[in-house]
Amino acid sequence: SRPHRDYCVLGAGPAGLQMAAFLHRAGRDYEVFERESAPGSFFTRYPRHRKLISINKRHTGKANAEFNLRHDWNSLLSDDPHLLFRHYSQAYFPDASDMVRYLGDFARRLGLHVLYNTNITHVTLDKDPQAWNGHYFILTDQKGQVYQCSVLLVATGLAVPKLVDFPGSEYVEGYESVSVDPEDFVGQNVLILGHGNSAFETAENILGVTNFVHMLSRSRVRLSWATHYVGDVRAINNGLLDTYQLKSLDGLLESDLEYLALVKDSKGKFHVTLKFLLENNSSQSADSIPLPEDDNDNFAMRVAYDRVIRCLGWTFDFSIFDQSLRLSSGTEFSKKYPLIKASYESKGSRGLFILGTASHSVDYRKSAGGFIHGFRYTVRAVHRLLEHRHHGIPWPSTEYPITQLTSSIIRRVNEASGLYQMFSVLADIILLKENATAFEYLEEFPMQMLAQLEMLTGRTARHGLFVINMEYGKNFSGPEKDVFYYDRSVAHIEDAWMSNFLHPVIYYYRHLPTEQDMRFRPAQWPLPRPTAIHHIVEDFLTDWTAPVGHILPLRRFLENCLDTDLRSFYAESCFLFTLTRQRLPPFCQQGYLRMQGLSSTKSLWQHGVESRLLQDYTAMENSNRWLGDHSTAPEPLTQSLDSNKEEL
Amino acid sequence: TEDSLPELTPQQYFSTLQPGKASLVYFCQVGSLSNSVFLEELKEAVKPLQDYGISVAKVTCVEEEASRYCGEEEGLMKAYLFRGNILLREFPTDILFDVNAIIAHVLFALLFNEVKYITTLEDLHSIENSLKGKSNMIFSYVEAIGTPEHRAVMEAAFVYGTSYQFALTTEIALLENIGSESIEHAHLYFFHCKLVLDLTEHCRRTLMEQPLTTLNIHVFVKTMNAPLLMEVAEDPQQVSTVHLQLGLPLVFIISQRATQEADRRTAEWVAWHLLGKAGVLLLLRDSMDVNIPQHANVAFRRAEKDVPVEFLVLNDVELIISHVKNNMHIEEIQEDEGEDMEGPDLAVEDDEVAGTVYRDRKKPLPLELSVELTEETFNTTVMTSDSIVLFYATWHAVSMAFLQSYIDVAIKLKGRSTILLTRINCADWSDICTKQNVTAFPVVKLYKEGESPVSYAGMLATKDLLKFIQLNKISCPVNIASIQEAEKYLRGELYKDLPSSASVSVLGLFSPAMASAKELFREAGKQLRGSVITGIYSEDDVWILSNKYATTLPALLLARPKEGRIESVPLDTTLVQDMAQILANALLEAFPEITVENLPTYLRFQRPLLLLFSGGSINPQYRNTILALVRQKQLDSFTPCWLNLKNTPVGRGILKAYFGRLPPLPQLLLVNLHSGGQVYAFPSSQSVTEQSLVLWLKHLQAGLENPITVLSAQEWKPPLPAFDFLNMMDAPTSQAPTKKVLECQKEAEVQESAELQPGDRSTARREPVEMLRIKRWNTANWPKDTQEPFHHDKEL
Repeated sequence: SRPHRDYCVLGAGPAGLQMAAFLHRAGRDYEVFERESAPGSFFTRYPRHRKLISINKRHTGKANAEFNLRHDWNSLLSDDPHLLFRHYSQAYFPDASDMVRYLGDFARRLGLHVLYNTNITHVTLDKDPQAWNGHYFILTDQKGQVYQCSVLLVATGLAVPKLVDFPGSEYVEGYESVSVDPEDFVGQNVLILGHGNSAFETAENILGVTNFVHMLSRSRVRLSWATHYVGDVRAINNGLLDTYQLKSLDGLLESDLEYLALVKDSKGKFHVTLKFLLENNSSQSADSIPLPEDDNDNFAMRVAYDRVIRCLGWTFDFSIFDQSLRLSSGTEFSKKYPLIKASYESKGSRGLFILGTASHSVDYRKSAGGFIHGFRYTVRAVHRLLEHRHHGIPWPSTEYPITQLTSSIIRRVNEASGLYQMFSVLADIILLKENATAFEYLEEFPMQMLAQLEMLTGRTARHGLFVINMEYGKNFSGPEKDVFYYDRSVAHIEDAWMSNFLHPVIYYYRHLPTEQDMRFRPAQWPLPRPTAIHHIVEDFLTDWTAPVGHILPLRRFLENCLDTDLRSFYAESCFLFTLTRQRLPPFCQQGYLRMQGLSSTKSLWQHGVESRLLQDYTAMENSNRWLGDHSTAPEPLTQSLDSNKEEL
Repeated sequence: TEDSLPELTPQQYFSTLQPGKASLVYFCQVGSLSNSVFLEELKEAVKPLQDYGISVAKVTCVEEEASRYCGEEEGLMKAYLFRGNILLREFPTDILFDVNAIIAHVLFALLFNEVKYITTLEDLHSIENSLKGKSNMIFSYVEAIGTPEHRAVMEAAFVYGTSYQFALTTEIALLENIGSESIEHAHLYFFHCKLVLDLTEHCRRTLMEQPLTTLNIHVFVKTMNAPLLMEVAEDPQQVSTVHLQLGLPLVFIISQRATQEADRRTAEWVAWHLLGKAGVLLLLRDSMDVNIPQHANVAFRRAEKDVPVEFLVLNDVELIISHVKNNMHIEEIQEDEGEDMEGPDLAVEDDEVAGTVYRDRKKPLPLELSVELTEETFNTTVMTSDSIVLFYATWHAVSMAFLQSYIDVAIKLKGRSTILLTRINCADWSDICTKQNVTAFPVVKLYKEGESPVSYAGMLATKDLLKFIQLNKISCPVNIASIQEAEKYLRGELYKDLPSSASVSVLGLFSPAMASAKELFREAGKQLRGSVITGIYSEDDVWILSNKYATTLPALLLARPKEGRIESVPLDTTLVQDMAQILANALLEAFPEITVENLPTYLRFQRPLLLLFSGGSINPQYRNTILALVRQKQLDSFTPCWLNLKNTPVGRGILKAYFGRLPPLPQLLLVNLHSGGQVYAFPSSQSVTEQSLVLWLKHLQAGLENPITVLSAQEWKPPLPAFDFLNMMDAPTSQAPTKKVLECQKEAEVQESAELQPGDRSTARREPVEMLRIKRWNTANWPKDTQEPFHHDKEL
């Protein structure tokens, strides 16, 4: 009767299209529902001043495509190299219309199934034991057409502008509709409510023509370079901070907007006053309303404003979801987002996932999950979870011999973009095989779900695991911190744990942490206390390939976790070990013994002899002239032979 | 001992009192359960108090000599402080909770005039005013009376009480009012009031940044006492000031006559900022012969002896301050490093491959001899030409070591090969590598038109790879068309130009009807492609060959042209793997020379090695003896082999491991690698004959011989420990210090506050401060142009 889809995606914005691309590639039964006639309608209007603040870095000096995605904040993930944003704009901060064009091409080139002009106005649940999740999601569009879905993926973003409600708030213009023509602001006194990027963007546009711009917000301004959070005020928009600190009349103020009131005087100008002053006063005449400056004649906002503009951001549109879905808003500090688990599934109904900007409650003010360059990876994680849950396809993994442990980590921390953008949210997981002779490598797993890893991925973690995460120093950044102090960077490898800038951190657990462990982990720790931890020291170039500074300490850490020797050896050394010891180091075992030993060349061999890493056996003519033992053996051989003799 | 607590009767005690001399006495009842904890602490205070000329005693009240100090009730006994026979103070024993408290309280009582206890800002100002132009003041805040910091201050006051006015407070509000930051801990300020001539001016003050200990206060006061700025005109290496003795560095502002006045003002500014941290001197450049670098304007000399003076060019006076602070930091680090030196240096490379590759990094390689592929060129290259591709990563040491061998192959094949030698750096083109199923490095693959790529599975060595490339020119197995060709093939004449074909040729013989066996053989031949040339003969006259070599079909002919031998092996299997195994085994020799390259092939059988070490070519007698025994099937449970030390010098290392020295050669050994690790040596007194060898082996089996050694069965453990970051993070400073210097300070403070549990008032004081803020908001809840946030921006 009603059309059925296994997967229904709400919204053809970046997150919706990204999910559609994964579903499409996997050959799943899906449909995207889009209210407008083309993808990315948010970007047809916003940002109002058209400049995206997500960087489009076209040159990094590197060829590695995965690495380059670290500095491409606009592209979605696909196999099509034409669908990279750098082909759509030359600008470092691109124009929003290029994003609209890009999203349109993305949907078209990949042939994604999108139902345009279909506005889902109501979503409800229909219990059915046959359904994947015990219920179907029933969607109704504006024409009354009904659709039935097994899984609902909500990617509607934050669509509702956040409003204010105080006496006089009717005089306030909204970011969504205020003029963007600076001519309209010439010689005006402007008050902007809000301290976020939209507020600063608005101020930036009119800074040069107004008498002054005042910005008022409950909280102090948070600068992204101080907080390393991309959602905070970006330097590209913060011209007002300059003019404020140089006392060029513009200024920044903090106050809770709840206490405010706005009154209009006879000349049509707006005065800021306080709610409680209005409450105590019965006079209705605008010009006789008490103002703070009546008592405090140096009150900061005693000047009259020509315009008051609200730039307070957006919230999620909860209105279309029926109560039966139990989709509730987050805590006091993330009210604008729906409440979800770290797996992006709603806490209220199984099979309902929130994707994209609206899923940012998971890492609000921490990582990049609210932005394209972050959620393109969280969407992929959700897709992998779904592939396992509904199609029995385990989380993709690669199996390696243990000799590749160090290099598999080095490779990922140097190129992986998902780890880099979604630091402390998505982490790579290494699952050790029995006796630690091999391991499986899983990429970009939502680390807060670690306790449920086996159930969510279909992989087993019986023999210990490593978690590879990227982290900033715990107390380095914050809105009030001085992030430019001397000695802010750590160079000594023994101080690596004090690294401040984003750097790889590797956690080792003998056993998979339990949910209990996750819940009671130490404050400020992304994971429970591990058996051992390693920090690869921060690097100015984010290039963690230095043999002694980066790779050697990592190998020592891995060796000590696994209680083995992970060094590599030339075939000649393996030959010696084979004939003089009953056991071999893993490198000889997995290479040399399989007839894949590594020969040295003359010049390497000479360096080895000079540095005493290798022994020159030709120079060893008789016993008197040869002193010392083979330096690379973990223990002088003669010693162990002696002890064995005693046993016999 | 003299430190012990004298126990006296009241009479004895009062009779010993000397006028003007202070004494602390504790009265207790006979037979009362003595306050043992207190007495322990008191005992500990005897010696330090004696140093201050204060005697300590315990008086036992006896009934006959009732004293008013003996008190009425048991358990309410007190300690009393006398000067001569005048009672100065009485102390309930509970305020004298430990030795610090005892000393602090006693000195506090005795130094009543020297140390003024104050509670308000007005008190402080009035003392300050009274001292201006006359004397300096030492003002300290301690969290409570009787703390270790209080004791330290009192001990300092005992020494310096006549030179400086001391003021003490326990009021945190007072500290806040004078604008101290981080008011949680004890503070000590030096007020420079003597310099102040204008009474309206405040005294300059210097905060002591070290923790409050007697020694630190002493050093601090000494530096405060030293001249603020000295002018010198001598070699900075020779100058000596009190700062150096106290372990503080010296900063020389290098001046010349022309700018001396301005430089002095700069130097004074610097001196005030470094007061207590370093000595500052003005050095006149033009009145001395010492060679000072021309542009240097600052010289820095560490307190440590023999560290040369550092000359600096600093364009900002702030940099002088930060230089001094940073260098204090380095000293601390150096101390740390000193400690580390005792353990192994974890940063020394002990991986022979990584170490040699790193040392060789600057040697230019003729990389241009192999074509570097990229994302753009990869597919077209491997599709349009037969190519070998090396997948490597520039940061991967094993890859880079092998790249050298690979380039050697390119050098050897230069201009002679029809196969294109290429390489792709997976550090750049990781997508391509992943798509080619390359996840571990290095990997070599052969791409031939119309065939699926073949992975090279041999040694990562020039010779082996070269052989693989050359043998791959022939598409194996080769179809042999005639008996004549087959004979040529078996003599090794068909592929003369291939170096390895000379050693062995393999030919499969099948009757035309044996389709499935032929298919198996073809598959196995393909699998072994690159390591051995295989041929197939399946014409109607194949019986001629099978008859000639006395075998039944299907069969394998194995020719070793050099040795002039042709063997036949029956082929009775239905599995490709078995077929490949038969082919591979057929290649093995009966008595091979063991080399680094071929040892693993012979270990497959897991048999003990009967290994002859030879200094050069093998003695024919040994060879014949062993081959004879092989033919008699006497050695089937062993792998007989020999090692030429000329070709395989590492054999010397092996002999050294077995014998502890280099034994005379040749040596015949039995090495039981796979079960037990015993090594037996054939007695050097006997000659190797068939009989003696068989007898020796029988003895061994019967357990009648002792091994010369047993190979270690030890596991391969980590060669060195790793940094224990978890432990470092657990240290009390886990709040991730912003700077290492700060960290050290914090650490000290944290420890102190931990010791201070009983007297710690700071936490109790925190709350009112928070409440204060809330009140401020209520009375003035309008927006202000202020940096001070009314609401803390709460982190999620």
